[in-house]
Amino acid sequence: MKISISVAIAIAFGGIVLLGYFIDAPLLRTMTDVFLQYAAILAAVALIIGLVNLFTVHWRKVARGEKGNLYSVIVLISFGITTLVVAFFGPTADWSMWIFNYIQIPIETSLMALLVVILIFASIRLVRRRMSWFTLLFIGTAVLMLLGSAPLFGVELPLLHGPNGLRALISQIPVTAGARGLLFGVALGTIATGLRILIGSDRPYGG
Amino acid sequence: MNFSDLLGAGILGLVFVLVFLALMVLFIVYERSHQGRPLRPIPAFERFKREIGLAVEAGKRLHITLGRGGLTGQEAGSALIGLQVLERVSRTASISDKPPVTTSGDGSLAILSQDTSRAVARSMGVESQYDPSAGRLSGLTPFAYAAGTIPVILDEQVAATIVAGHFGSEVALITDAAERNGSLTLAGSDNLSAQAVIYATAEEPLIGEELYAAGAYLNAGPAHQASLRAQDIIRWVLIIIILAGAALKLIGML
Repeated sequence: MKISISVAIAIAFGGIVLLGYFIDAPLLRTMTDVFLQYAAILAAVALIIGLVNLFTVHWRKVARGEKGNLYSVIVLISFGITTLVVAFFGPTADWSMWIFNYIQIPIETSLMALLVVILIFASIRLVRRRMSWFTLLFIGTAVLMLLGSAPLFGVELPLLHGPNGLRALISQIPVTAGARGLLFGVALGTIATGLRILIGSDRPYGG
Repeated sequence: MNFSDLLGAGILGLVFVLVFLALMVLFIVYERSHQGRPLRPIPAFERFKREIGLAVEAGKRLHITLGRGGLTGQEAGSALIGLQVLERVSRTASISDKPPVTTSGDGSLAILSQDTSRAVARSMGVESQYDPSAGRLSGLTPFAYAAGTIPVILDEQVAATIVAGHFGSEVALITDAAERNGSLTLAGSDNLSAQAVIYATAEEPLIGEELYAAGAYLNAGPAHQASLRAQDIIRWVLIIIILAGAALKLIGML
């Protein structure tokens, strides 16, 4: 396996940070902290580059007259106004917070509300597309949890609601067990991914 | 005193990682010298491989969306898998007129997606075809990211959307757009609520660790097959330890 300088640096830095988590040596701890600070600074720089990328993509879309370029015009105008307001008045000033509270939050809340409709339609599509016992179990559990989350027309059913009801029973035993099983798999997958990068097998940095 | 206190949690963790690493190296050597046992079929990956070929033939684009997890947190693992999928897809689709387009909700992921596409183009000798705008930051908050991704799916002749990374429930907006566009959606995430939403909305959901097996199923190299085998062994060892611990607790020995 050919190892380039970038790969060697990535492996060395990754190895030191990993050891810093497990071995309580002052030098190792200091190096880990410094490397993580570098990573945070680089992430912030990446954010700025990402914003330039966002601006450029929409600028090109407008310049080329591509489909949906009106939305790109709105993005560019909003981008420009927000940047100017925040740069001029500061991020916590009244005008900046006004943009956040009266434009961004309502739009995002509306999108969140849309999710309800999308999920209901998705459940109907799921029954049509992938009809199986698992699908029925999934939808049945979802409906049961939904009904059990609030009193039905002001009436609490002892079998469904309350600390000993069916809803509590499902969320405490099968849901917790299932969630832990899934997280177990995710954790092992994450460790394997990290180790592949650490041994230079995966190189997401173009090395 | 528990097991962790007895040995020191740090050392125990290090031993766990070293055992995992040793198993992976062992299986990499084995995979290189032998034809390892076949992987259990996951229909989502079989269909996805077929779809890549069809998209290239039809002159359509593939879209990979990497989520909004950063690289310095726990959610980086799933995003790195997304980058691995991007690398495999870019390699397969390098002969296409329309290279894959990538969206993400994090600046560092956007840069890495551009870097991955450029590295593949360079290694395939088609660097002149590389377009930096193929790796995009589509938004920085969860819903801004989803809203910025939807036009890519609807406007850019996308044949398949691969959702691989850290998401919340906003992933439903992305998978629903892909569904309305009639394109295949292969989706997986490290987040449990996103997995539940994905199960309901995506055509081909990847649940639990299935997302992390993507490299092995897309022939990304022996290290991916080896890490799957190492994961299997570690999983069984941990299951036995958990069951033994529960049994010891039950009989009052722990």
